[in-house]
Amino acid sequence: MAIELCGVSKRFKETLALDQVNVSFDEAKIYGLLGNNGAGKTTLMNIVANRLYADQGQVLIDGEPVADLDRALSKVYLLGEKNLYGEDMRVKKALAAAAHFYPDFELKRALAMAKQFGLNIRKKIGSLSTGYASIFKLIIALNVNTPYLLLDEPVLGLDAQHRDSFYKLLLQKYAERPCTIVISTHLIAEVANLIEHTVIIRDGRILENRPTEELLAVGYTISGPAAAVDDYIAGKSLLSQSALGGLKTACLTGRPQTPLPDSLELGKLNLQDYFIQLMNREEHDNG
Amino acid sequence: MFINFEENRPIFLQIAEMLEDSILSGAYAEESQIPSITDFAVACKINPATALKGVNLLVEDGLLYKKRGLGMFVSAGARQKIIKRRMDDFYLSYIMPLLAEAERLGVERGQIQEMIERGYADHGN
Repeated sequence: MAIELCGVSKRFKETLALDQVNVSFDEAKIYGLLGNNGAGKTTLMNIVANRLYADQGQVLIDGEPVADLDRALSKVYLLGEKNLYGEDMRVKKALAAAAHFYPDFELKRALAMAKQFGLNIRKKIGSLSTGYASIFKLIIALNVNTPYLLLDEPVLGLDAQHRDSFYKLLLQKYAERPCTIVISTHLIAEVANLIEHTVIIRDGRILENRPTEELLAVGYTISGPAAAVDDYIAGKSLLSQSALGGLKTACLTGRPQTPLPDSLELGKLNLQDYFIQLMNREEHDNG
Repeated sequence: MFINFEENRPIFLQIAEMLEDSILSGAYAEESQIPSITDFAVACKINPATALKGVNLLVEDGLLYKKRGLGMFVSAGARQKIIKRRMDDFYLSYIMPLLAEAERLGVERGQIQEMIERGYADHGN
C-alpha cells in the first residue's frame, strides 16, 4: 500500500515544475516534503490528489493509476491553499458536508476540535481570518480518515499556540488511526522530530529522499577555536563552515575522528541547518 | 512532560534517559504503568516511532515490561538496576571530566577537595 510517482513531469509554460520525479509514500508513515518556494511541492501534491494532470509519467495509489481512479478521492485528502467550500457556507454546515463526502469522517471529533481551537462554527467560511481559515481546513483534514493525507503548508497563518495544538492533534490522530501523512512546510525545525522520512525537492527534482535519522547521520558539526577547526577539517569532506569571531563551526560528512582534539566540540546535524546548507550549495553549484 | 531536547543527541536516547530519571525519582513507581507511546509522542511532539524506540531501550534492559493488552509497566527492581549502572558510570561521567576541566583551569587538587567539602556544606550535609 503506497502512493508511487513514476517519472512524473509537469510543465507550466516556461517552467518545468516537476522533472521526472520518482518517489513513493509508504503506508502509515509521516513524510516531510521540504523545499523552497517554487520547488514543486504544491504541484506534486496536486497531481497526487488528481487536481492536476501530469504531462508525463504516472501516479499509482495502491497500485492503481490515479488518473482513472474515481476512488482516488476517497483514498487521498489534500489540504491545500484553496478553500473547497462556498464562502457563504457556515462552518457547521461545511463540516456536515464533509461528513457526507467522507464516510469515515468523525463529525463529533471535528466539532470538539473546533471548540478546542475556539473556531465559531456559526461563522461563514468567507468571514474567517487567515488563521481560522487554516484551522477550519485542518479540522477537516484531521477527521476525514482517508489512508493518505497531504498537508500543503498546514500551519500557514497559525500562531505558536495553535501550531502546538495542531502538531499534538496530528500525532494523536496518527497514533489512533495510522495513515500516510505528507507535510510540506517552511517551519522545518517544528516538524523535524515529527517526520520519519524526509523528501527534499528543488527546481522540480528530488534532492534527498530517506529516513530523517539516516539523513542527519550523514554528517556532524564541529566547533571550537578557528585554528583548531581549520586543522581538523583539512582533507575532510566539508559541507559548510561559519565563523563568529575566533569561534568556528563546520559541518562535515562522514564520522568524526577519534579521539577528538580537546578544544573541539562535537554536535549533531539538525534538519533545518542541513536543509539551508544544501540549498546554499545547490545555488553555488548552479550559479 | 516538557523536555527541552538538546540538539546534540538523538531524541530516542533522551526519551530513554527521561524515563530512567522518572523511575529513579519515583515518578514512575515499580509495578506501575507508564504513559502510552501515544502519550509520549503527543506530549513531546515527536514521531511515535521515536518514542517507541526510546521505550524499547528500557524494555531491552529489563527496566520496563509489557503486559499484553494493558501497556508498559516498570519492572520490580528497576530503580536499583538504574542506580547500580549509574554508579558504575559515575567515575567516568563525572569525576574524569571534572579533573580534565580542573586541569584546563589550573585548579589544584587541594582546591578541588576544598570545593567538594564546600559543596557538601552548601547542600546541607
